[in-house]
Amino acid sequence: MIGFLWRRLGHGLVSIIGASLVIFIISRLSGDPISLLLPPDAPPKIIAAARIQLGLDLPLWHQYLIFLTNAAHGDFGQSYRWQMPALDLVLQRVPATVELACAGLLFSVALAVPLGVLSAVHRDGLIDLGGRLLAMLGQAMPNFWVGLLLILLFSIYLDWLPAFGRGGIQHLIMPAVALGWYPVAAQTRIVRSAMLDVLESDHIRLSRALGTPEWLIVWKYAFRNAAVPLLTMLGVYFASMLSGAFIVEVIFAWPGIGRTVVEAVFSRDFPVVQAGVLLSSILFVLATLLVDISYSLIDPRIRHER
Amino acid sequence: MSDRALSAPLPIPRLRARLGLRGWPWLSLFILGTVIAAALLGDALSPWDPNDIDLGASFQPPFWMATGAFTHPLGTDNLGRDILGRIIAGARVTVVVSLYAILLSGAIGALVGMVSGFFGRWIDTIIMRVVEIQNSIPAVALALILAAVLRPGLNTVVIVIVLTYWSWYARIVRGEVLSLKTLDYVAFARTAGVSTPVIFRRHLLPNIMNTLLVLATLQVGQVIIFEASLSFLGLGIQQPDVSWGLMLSDARQYITNAWWAITMPGIAIMLTCLSANMFGDWLRDRLDPRMRQL
Repeated sequence: MIGFLWRRLGHGLVSIIGASLVIFIISRLSGDPISLLLPPDAPPKIIAAARIQLGLDLPLWHQYLIFLTNAAHGDFGQSYRWQMPALDLVLQRVPATVELACAGLLFSVALAVPLGVLSAVHRDGLIDLGGRLLAMLGQAMPNFWVGLLLILLFSIYLDWLPAFGRGGIQHLIMPAVALGWYPVAAQTRIVRSAMLDVLESDHIRLSRALGTPEWLIVWKYAFRNAAVPLLTMLGVYFASMLSGAFIVEVIFAWPGIGRTVVEAVFSRDFPVVQAGVLLSSILFVLATLLVDISYSLIDPRIRHER
Repeated sequence: MSDRALSAPLPIPRLRARLGLRGWPWLSLFILGTVIAAALLGDALSPWDPNDIDLGASFQPPFWMATGAFTHPLGTDNLGRDILGRIIAGARVTVVVSLYAILLSGAIGALVGMVSGFFGRWIDTIIMRVVEIQNSIPAVALALILAAVLRPGLNTVVIVIVLTYWSWYARIVRGEVLSLKTLDYVAFARTAGVSTPVIFRRHLLPNIMNTLLVLATLQVGQVIIFEASLSFLGLGIQQPDVSWGLMLSDARQYITNAWWAITMPGIAIMLTCLSANMFGDWLRDRLDPRMRQL
């Protein structure tokens, strides 16, 4: 188990360093930040001084090594635009993004579990068909469009919910629904097929034969076992929520990492882009790491695979 | 019959025999066909110029509303441009982007996956590590940086999608090749000195073709949504080109004035993706039932 943990941690570290290299190279290709920082008619002497101050005169590999060492110390440089440390700027947005991702996950699970269980119990019944229809629709609707439709209906026509910003629970509802909508389909399918397997197993048949009430069989004996695959996948879904949050945050003006990075991309604010994308990569890797570990706790065979 | 069973344990399915006409997803095919027809013939047949500005006719509602008219069946936007006309024009971007993005990412991913699975050892290790690194960067974040670096536009959208999706094909193809490699006829071909390109083309490719076809159709919906998302963020298709995502981005500015400008392009995206996904599901069940888990 310890060996497995170390191996997975090593892979995770390699992924994060690789991601940092990719991010560094790409963002350095995107043009000269000097042209954004200084007026176009700035004297060459000042431009040269600014280049040296920002370390832009060094060879690229040297810049990357400096970037990596500093990043390991939590120093991504000053935001060009906000004149404050880039990491601080991004870190202060983390709670908002995590809050949104959790709410989105909660919404999708709260919808997927009953749907999946009932679809399995009433196989090919009305709920099963309805669930499948909902799943197909969910996968065909971009999350930003779902967000716009929600704003149209609940903010503009009904005036029930605020269209943007972060605040109380009423601010959270629409972004969470827009974000959680997409994975409902996949989650429902996981729960449904796990339930179908469990419902055919011997211990369920025995309980049936003993005359246990059906609701007890379904929700206590069967669902407890069927929840395992979904539970182990939650990390993956959480990671995909972090990724999906980029565009949902923009629509609802949600002050999270995603919106900050999108704005930084438009203003060529490299340090913020690097800090934000690397931070979401790290969260992503950590989430998948947790999935692997929880899998290996449940199924020891995985530990010995390479 | 008996010699085929000996030489090819995994027979190449006879496409035509397996695709009987019964049970075809006709509605999906009809919608997809309409979108493709709009992409091919829209320029010539559509009565509306997608960039024809008519400020006098701005914010006209669809025809079934009291103030709507058949001259603009789905209404107009803030500049009086016809929404149906723009949806038809946008179909071209959707089809072109999907076609190039899927062909390129499929071809690159299949080649890399075949190389990785067939040669194994350090080549496999390196390729799989690169795939892992790429998967650890959230797709939208990768797309954002790339789209900011390259000049936004159709080419950039295709490049971003290819860079995001090649690894998906590579991983699945590699898995298939790993099991194909152990089969007798591939081993015999290697021993007999058949050159590697020939093994790839004659012995591996035909066997992964079904998988590729299914992956490609299932990718269509995702590509359409990806393109719309990038264009919506302002990092994809640019004016005066028309894209459904870009229409939504415009419409967001005047969401309080014209609900139809928000709903109609979205419905176009939804119907197209729905049809592509249903067609993909059907194809998967027909050709490759093992992949139902995907």
